[in-house]
Amino acid sequence: MPTLTVDGIEVEVPAGATVLQACEAAGKEIPRFCYHERLSIAGNCRMCLVEIAPGPPKPQASCAMPAADKMVVTTNSEKVRKAREGVMEFLLINHPLDCPICDQGGECDLQDQSIAYGKGHSRFAENKRAVTDKYMGPIVKTIMTRCIQCTRCVRFAEEVAGMEEIGALGRGEDMQITSYLERAVTSELSGNVVDLCPVGALTAKPYAFEARPWELRKTYAIDVMDAVGTNIRLDSRGRQVLRCVPRINEDVNEEWAHDKTRHHVDGLVRRRLDRPFVRREGRLVPATWAEAFESVKAAAEAAGDKVAVIAGDLVDAETMYAAKLLARSLGSDLLEGRQTGMAYDVSSLAAVNFNTTIAGVETADAILIVGSNVRWEAALVNTRIRKAVKAGAKVYAIGEEVDLTYPVEWLGNDIGLLGRLPQALLDTFADAKQPMLIVGGAALKDGQGASLALVETLGLIKDGWNGYNVLHFSASRMAGLMLGYAQAGGIRSIAQAAPKLTFLLGADEVDFAAHALGTLVYVGHHGDKGAAAADIVLPGAAYAEKSGTWVNLEGRVQRGDRAVFPPGDAREDWAIFRALSDVLGRTLPFDTLDALRAAMARDVPMLAEPGLASIPWSAPALPISAEGGALGLPIKDFYLTNAICRASPTMQRCSAELLHGETFAEAAE
Amino acid sequence: MSAIQPLADKDRIFTNIYGFQDWKLAGARARGDWDDTKSLMAVGQDAIIDAIKASGLRGRGGAGFPTGMKWSFMPKEPKPGKPSFLVINADESEPGSCKDREIIRHEPHKLIEGALIAGFAMRARAAYIYIRGEFIREAEHLFAAVAEAYDAGLLGKNAAGSGYDFDVFVHRGAGAYICGEETAQIESLEGKKGQPRLKPPFPAGAGLYGCPTTVNNVESIAVAPTILRRGAAWFAGIGRDKNQGTKLFQISGHVNRPCVVEEAMGISFRELIDRHAGGIRGGWDNLLAVIPGGSSVPLVPAAQIMDAPMDFDGLRDLKSGLGTAAVIVMDKSTDIVRAISRLSYFYKHESCGQCTPCREGTGWMWRVMERLREGNAQLHEIDLLEEVTRQVEGHTICALGDAAAWPIQGLIRHFRPEIERRIVEKQGSAPLAVAAE
Repeated sequence: MPTLTVDGIEVEVPAGATVLQACEAAGKEIPRFCYHERLSIAGNCRMCLVEIAPGPPKPQASCAMPAADKMVVTTNSEKVRKAREGVMEFLLINHPLDCPICDQGGECDLQDQSIAYGKGHSRFAENKRAVTDKYMGPIVKTIMTRCIQCTRCVRFAEEVAGMEEIGALGRGEDMQITSYLERAVTSELSGNVVDLCPVGALTAKPYAFEARPWELRKTYAIDVMDAVGTNIRLDSRGRQVLRCVPRINEDVNEEWAHDKTRHHVDGLVRRRLDRPFVRREGRLVPATWAEAFESVKAAAEAAGDKVAVIAGDLVDAETMYAAKLLARSLGSDLLEGRQTGMAYDVSSLAAVNFNTTIAGVETADAILIVGSNVRWEAALVNTRIRKAVKAGAKVYAIGEEVDLTYPVEWLGNDIGLLGRLPQALLDTFADAKQPMLIVGGAALKDGQGASLALVETLGLIKDGWNGYNVLHFSASRMAGLMLGYAQAGGIRSIAQAAPKLTFLLGADEVDFAAHALGTLVYVGHHGDKGAAAADIVLPGAAYAEKSGTWVNLEGRVQRGDRAVFPPGDAREDWAIFRALSDVLGRTLPFDTLDALRAAMARDVPMLAEPGLASIPWSAPALPISAEGGALGLPIKDFYLTNAICRASPTMQRCSAELLHGETFAEAAE
Repeated sequence: MSAIQPLADKDRIFTNIYGFQDWKLAGARARGDWDDTKSLMAVGQDAIIDAIKASGLRGRGGAGFPTGMKWSFMPKEPKPGKPSFLVINADESEPGSCKDREIIRHEPHKLIEGALIAGFAMRARAAYIYIRGEFIREAEHLFAAVAEAYDAGLLGKNAAGSGYDFDVFVHRGAGAYICGEETAQIESLEGKKGQPRLKPPFPAGAGLYGCPTTVNNVESIAVAPTILRRGAAWFAGIGRDKNQGTKLFQISGHVNRPCVVEEAMGISFRELIDRHAGGIRGGWDNLLAVIPGGSSVPLVPAAQIMDAPMDFDGLRDLKSGLGTAAVIVMDKSTDIVRAISRLSYFYKHESCGQCTPCREGTGWMWRVMERLREGNAQLHEIDLLEEVTRQVEGHTICALGDAAAWPIQGLIRHFRPEIERRIVEKQGSAPLAVAAE
């Protein structure tokens, strides 16, 4: 633990810390462009220069200098001030200073730091450099003249995303950042370079010229695009969410978000259900809330207790709880959330949980992935696995081969392999201190018993370590399982019970042709497959339009706030059920969201408080299916997994260009 | 006046530097190379390093860091899986320098023998010779010489019968000046873009492939066997204190006979030129200025250099440096501003672009230099340029920023009146202010 002095303040920092970190510990702000906590140190912007004694008489880059005992660091001397002014001047001489038309304006590191550390005027009388823009795909817009060559994007692509698609060409002042052969950046994490770029060289293409940061209302929410529960901030103006950016949460998403999280927001204002509909003579026709409720009442009276509820992938716990209470008041417990027909044993919640936690993945040293394209099902879990691999973990996988951005030993696409794992794998796991198994949704169907048996075989549970992980990819899944949205046979059990009235909570992935579910009441926000199949449509709120509770795949209870109001006549879902219960004469026992949450907390204490739910380990005894068989992958198109992103032009474009190889002509500017 | 005596022929290390004799193994052996190398190594690693330290040999690549001390930074016990490496810097690209080229052309076996001895002394597993891409024939010589040495059992397993296993690999660069910087060279050897690394960690701790590495200049390595053969005291007896030994001077420019010549360190400039280069073109009165150590050191005007001792400390006292001892002589026909402007262009062209002051500053400096050359500037811009060079100098990862700044600083220090004259002549006696755009 070296102790050093920064501007006369004595600080103690952990071994291995840099001088820059020591300065921050002493409360000194050090300007920087290339340095980023989560990327390797480049030391090339030279903005963080400080004086260090003992050492050479020239200022040193504090980001790259290891803090040593008895160092004396000066951050406020005349020499340091001049060094910073000099570097700032150099950065600005070839920067276009087109701030009025730059999307980064108002949240630009170069702007902020030039005010704080710059000279305030320019002495550069030559022509400025112009750089041709590069093509980086549908998400990242480039104005390369603004680039200050900090190489954060290059390092991110290489180190975090694992796609060496961005690099620097040329030398000296002709050095340019470009994508490989100017092809689209195909990483699902490409949008993060926009946040990393300290200037306006890389900005978000879908958000170009949309808004200024100071116009935006910022709301903290939870992402529903997958089950990771990325902490996000929704930036809205008026009634529209214009932008979604990640918040820092070390336990969940660090500070990343994948492109679907960032850019589905234009889907929130398209294909919306903004009024109730009732099917008359085979067609859905607009109706008033009163008419729609009357239709539901008629169906409910005819159905008696033959009522079911199917929850979609995006719904919050409150909605599911309200629907559950209504169904129960009608005499039914037919609840299901696994829309696509998956059925697995849920008698132990821990056995379908991501027990290592997301952050815990980083410490795993032997990993077996079964039936999962982690990159698509949980992109930010994949970055953690990548970190573990960089730290020396060995990864094996069973299933369809995909590029996971790190070396994987593929054992084959046969679930039967779970019963006959190769000796090399067994040896690796025997030596591992923190072995980990990830069971994807595709493997749960036939491999649940076999994978649970591996807890013993591979020694997954040790002191303070539970390496048995199930990887869900629906934001509503864990809360749904906590609330009992699971039947023994899945959707098939629901169909066998022959419900006469089924509520669909934003359920768009159900195979409606295969299952007879009676009158369908769709409570949701997008005119997608569920609404098209429904007999009555009650317009609800998307996740951004309601306060809600979501539980991520590791059992972390998180709450998101409402950023905007639902469009038109649409209402928050819990309020719809509360109003409907009145019409049905079975008034639900809450009038406010707080009252609903209190009731839910009494029923399901795990959902009471935000934070990681404590789920004690127990494994159900399940038969081990000896049968082999190939594993499919549940996600066919990363960019189009739910109703919101299917409505998003940006996501459609990503899908077409990045996954289906369509080319798009760029309009000349 | 320096009291240094000119080097006697018997004290020359590079006896075939002009290529009058056979450069191949047979010829080299006839000149004494590879003569009982085994016994030179038999004294042991520490004894070799001590001898090099005692000889006072300072690195011949430009910075002049004591070579023996550099070798002693290498780990005594290589860690398992972390072998040590010697990298020999033959990426000679400094304008004016051409000594490594001559060594490789005509004395490649001195270099290879030196590689074995130096590699053995620092407990290296192998040496990589990184040769400049443009040195095509030279690389051919080097490849051939290495092959000869392997065939003769001088390299490889039990190299030269010493019981030590040592390999030498020749790697051709692609023509980037920056790859002559030691850490950029290591990056380039690893197959990456040649950009200097941050220090610390220093190469002796984590260099090539993360293993302990020493990067030495060709000349530093090539003189090592002779130093050991003739004894450290012999080498240390030549030249001045802390500036001992012999040095290859490369004299170019406005002299009657440009040449590469081995001379004693500290010999006076006048002696060096008169004795070996046939004097200044047009006589000593016609001398304008000298760049004494390759393009990156500041120039020295005629009056100061004439009798100055040509060694590290002598030239440092003149606010210049010995550098690689590439002496560029300029007589009074030289457009000195244009000459320095051309060097600025070189540095702008060769800047790797990694760190800000050099990337942006070299272009700025060159553009101002070009305007100063034409006189198309204002008087205060001379001070502006001087300040820009100070903003670049000492603020970069490697020394290229310094190298770009120093020639301009030297020019302004010594030839400011010439720059001012051009501006005034171009713009008339009262230069008009140019409106800001």
